[in-house]
Amino acid sequence: MKKELKFVVNGQTYDLWIEPKTVLVQVLRDELGLKGTKRSCDSGSCCACTVLLNGKAVKSCSILALQANGKEILTVEGLANGTQLHPIQEAFLDNWAFQCGFCTSGQMMAAKGLLDENPDPAREEIQLAMDGHLCRCTGYNMINEAIQDAAKRLQTQEEQGGAK
Amino acid sequence: MKNIMNNFEYFAPGSLEEALKLLSQYGEDECKIIAGGQSLIILLKQGLITPQYVIDIKGLSELDSISGNEKEGLKIGALTTHRAIEKSPLMQNAFCILAEMEQNVSSVETRNWGTIGGNIAHGDPSGDPAPVMLVLNAKYKLAGAKGERLVEAEDFTSGYFETDIGHDELLTEIQIPAPPPRTGAKFTKFSQLQGDYAIASAAVSMTLDADKKTCADIRIAMGSVAPAPMRAKKAEYLLRGKVITDDLLVEAGRMASEEASPTSDAEISEQYKRELVGTLVTRVGKEAFERAAMA
Repeated sequence: MKKELKFVVNGQTYDLWIEPKTVLVQVLRDELGLKGTKRSCDSGSCCACTVLLNGKAVKSCSILALQANGKEILTVEGLANGTQLHPIQEAFLDNWAFQCGFCTSGQMMAAKGLLDENPDPAREEIQLAMDGHLCRCTGYNMINEAIQDAAKRLQTQEEQGGAK
Repeated sequence: MKNIMNNFEYFAPGSLEEALKLLSQYGEDECKIIAGGQSLIILLKQGLITPQYVIDIKGLSELDSISGNEKEGLKIGALTTHRAIEKSPLMQNAFCILAEMEQNVSSVETRNWGTIGGNIAHGDPSGDPAPVMLVLNAKYKLAGAKGERLVEAEDFTSGYFETDIGHDELLTEIQIPAPPPRTGAKFTKFSQLQGDYAIASAAVSMTLDADKKTCADIRIAMGSVAPAPMRAKKAEYLLRGKVITDDLLVEAGRMASEEASPTSDAEISEQYKRELVGTLVTRVGKEAFERAAMA
């Protein structure tokens, strides 16, 4: 029997009826068409499906969609402001922090979760925050560097009074 | 992974009372409780469990809190996330073992959503929190239609994924007593990747006499090396009342290794796990001793 799911995704309110067995990533991709969130291992092992739930990074493959009822979700589609990329996206581009890009949306959402909580993380803190994320192409140094760079960009933006 | 989850009827009770009422109604049937679901959803997706009813307690904010201090002990609500424990300012001195353990439970993403009560109630012998609860002498509060009861952490898990929770009961709280003076505790696990499941883990809590050399009391627990987290009681007996030396800790590790009953799996042999857990017990024993001397 379908149940009602009312939640906010990237600032927009949705009201859907779904099967209770549906996991969050399925709703995001299949119901809302937000295909930026990737469904990869689908068993909580790779973090490619990471989104923010009420500001915290979580694995959308390992949460029943109904558990997001009444919550706010941010996916990679909600990072940019119109055509203006988010500083995390710019930093990932400028630091060559991806090749195939499949893990990138999850990486960037985790980076956002980290930087919202800790705007100036040490390298070790970045490693700890990102340790669940698997990338099969490019290695992890550039990702760490991108996040350090993103932290600087966000701080500059903050100092200049820009929006986060 | 293909989602072969069966369909189930889903309930999201608004209070503990309501949750217990649902449990007394459906608990005897094919019914599962979901909290953070970080273990349960994988089992559901693999089709290893096929519940008819799922009761979602994640929203019960009354079970999401940490209170207490070193003098009175800690009370941790079952729905407190791993991340909240990791970050809590209450995890000081003898309790810092909890925050240290949490820091290596899976990834931040799992810790942000997964709960301490869900982890413990799952009864996975390779879980990290259980051995720590054993050495901290924790008690688990179970609530049911007939009222509440307290179970010693040590008596809670009887085997692989087997716990003392009745069909109509919920784990609601973890109670950790105040540590005696001059107590130090330490946990470590050995895993292939940061945050991965433990191949073996060990926790030690040691209390010293006023001379700060003699072991007044000790609890040693091991994870992932038996069907349930277990204490190494022979090793504890060896150390209790003795002046702690490196040699003695090596001997205690050897005894603990004999007490363990690991099984070989596809990757790691029984002998390797046995050797490993002894080394871990010696290592954390030494660190717990040093912490106790400083406490």
